[in-house]
Amino acid sequence: MIWWKCSILFQSVSIDRWFNAGLRLGATVAALIMALILLFLLLESWPALQHIPLMRFVTDDAWHPLEDRYNLLPMVTGTLYASSGSLLLVIPLGIASALFMAFYASPRMSMLYRRLIELLAGIPSVVFGFWGLTTVVPLINQWQPPGASLLTAILILTLMILPTLVLTSYAALIAVPDEYLRSAAALGLSRWGMIYGVVLPAARQGIVAGILLAAGRAVGETMAVLMVAGNVVQHADSLFAPIRTLTANIALEMAYAMGDHRAVLFVSGLLLLLLVMILTTMAGWFGKEHHGE
Amino acid sequence: MANKQIVDTGKPNHLLRDRAIQLLIYLVVLCVSGIFLWILLDLIRGGSALLSWDFLISMPRDTGRAGGIGSILVSTLLVLSIALLVALPIGWATAVLLAEFIPAMSSFGSWVRYSLQVLAGVPSIVFGLFGYAFFSIYLGMGFSILSGGLTLACMLLPILVSTAEAGLRAVPESYRLSAAALGMSRAATLFHVLLPVAVPAWAAGLLLGIGRAAAETAALMFTSGYVDRMPESLLDSGRVLALHIFDLSMNVPGGDAPAHASALVLILLLLMINLVAMHLTHLWQRRKLNTE
Repeated sequence: MIWWKCSILFQSVSIDRWFNAGLRLGATVAALIMALILLFLLLESWPALQHIPLMRFVTDDAWHPLEDRYNLLPMVTGTLYASSGSLLLVIPLGIASALFMAFYASPRMSMLYRRLIELLAGIPSVVFGFWGLTTVVPLINQWQPPGASLLTAILILTLMILPTLVLTSYAALIAVPDEYLRSAAALGLSRWGMIYGVVLPAARQGIVAGILLAAGRAVGETMAVLMVAGNVVQHADSLFAPIRTLTANIALEMAYAMGDHRAVLFVSGLLLLLLVMILTTMAGWFGKEHHGE
Repeated sequence: MANKQIVDTGKPNHLLRDRAIQLLIYLVVLCVSGIFLWILLDLIRGGSALLSWDFLISMPRDTGRAGGIGSILVSTLLVLSIALLVALPIGWATAVLLAEFIPAMSSFGSWVRYSLQVLAGVPSIVFGLFGYAFFSIYLGMGFSILSGGLTLACMLLPILVSTAEAGLRAVPESYRLSAAALGMSRAATLFHVLLPVAVPAWAAGLLLGIGRAAAETAALMFTSGYVDRMPESLLDSGRVLALHIFDLSMNVPGGDAPAHASALVLILLLLMINLVAMHLTHLWQRRKLNTE
């Protein structure tokens, strides 16, 4: 396509060039923010990385930052338990919801449910946390005190990451070519036979991308977990034990952290960032391959 | 909407299995819808008692136990406007560049796109750490509405770019060809042909961005701060609504009632914003179908 350099609407000949330069400037700023974030996290965590050997983050006997003991391991397991627990719950729930929208509901119901899921995605994490604190924690407290526990965190996280998985898997499900469905029907497969044997394998990559994105959200979630998980630094020995995640730890201690302690909190932020970057990059690969089909 | 009805022709035990699975799926859907309604009803029941016009405009007293959320709403509005003022030009410029001015596979384009994709996944608490280290300390803005707004602007970029880019890409290629055939320049085509068509998508993206920003808490804890006074300048600390809810429910004994009311205000605001955004997206998709 050949574009005219001047036109009656914009008389100046060089406007396109200036415009292009302006846009490039904007895009460069946008792209540099990510680099800036990495740079500043590295800068702030440098003091700790320099004179605290990395091994001490796993071999120190406890997390007592004021006495120079920096064992991050309980927080890491807290994050892992909470996010893997919520993933275990959200995978069946999310895929069932997406299947409902794509194959079981009438177009009207499907639209309605989609709206509901989108609204659920719009509820702020602090409101989820507040609801968990005032409703779910007392309920579990009656059953197994103290209530604020790994289980509550898992339940609230599940609700929060459900929309991510539902919307991405739904997109993957309806991207399955119609011919596949018609061929399956022609072969006499039942509805579930078609879904299990044809649709799910065809949409697998899109769904996996959705799961990875949901995992990234679960790992990075702060406020809701901070409000319902109890925040005790320990390796959880049951579902009802209170835990503290990496994100909650930063939110709790940043306000008064000084010197090395602050630098260690930035190290944990860096750790979180790397974890989430790996997850989203992997999700990007799967998503791309899925679109390439 | 894909609604693919397939006739059940399997053997009897297959029929039974299909019915069982259908039942399970309906149960999941009922469960999710039920929990959504439960959350809404809980918030409405807990918050409606205190919610009134007076609550919205009066100042918080006694660390928020009494009084209203007047100054909190003002701070929220200020933080939001700064975030949008900064993020909109940058985000939309990036979107226009990616969609219209450079080839999709160019190295600059894929670098920008990858960077934004990673940015979209960064946890909000990490944005908080970055905003604290960069805006509050390195640039010397301290705990202020300005540094909170700028931190939020960084968070909003990915969503603004992706919605605006999708909006532009959905404009049929024939529009661009016709514009070029009429001898329009690129900038003229953008402003007179493409943008008028893509406006609903851009507006929906804008609203989603506002929703995301109003819901944010963790990124603002160490940037815009906790002070609940009425902000006097942009360099004052100001507590946003989401943070107010957090503080009341976690740090203020007896703060549950105003926390409920504040949560109700926030959630009503967000539901409204999201519903309008959805409506716009719907409108835009219909228009897209009509033009194809």
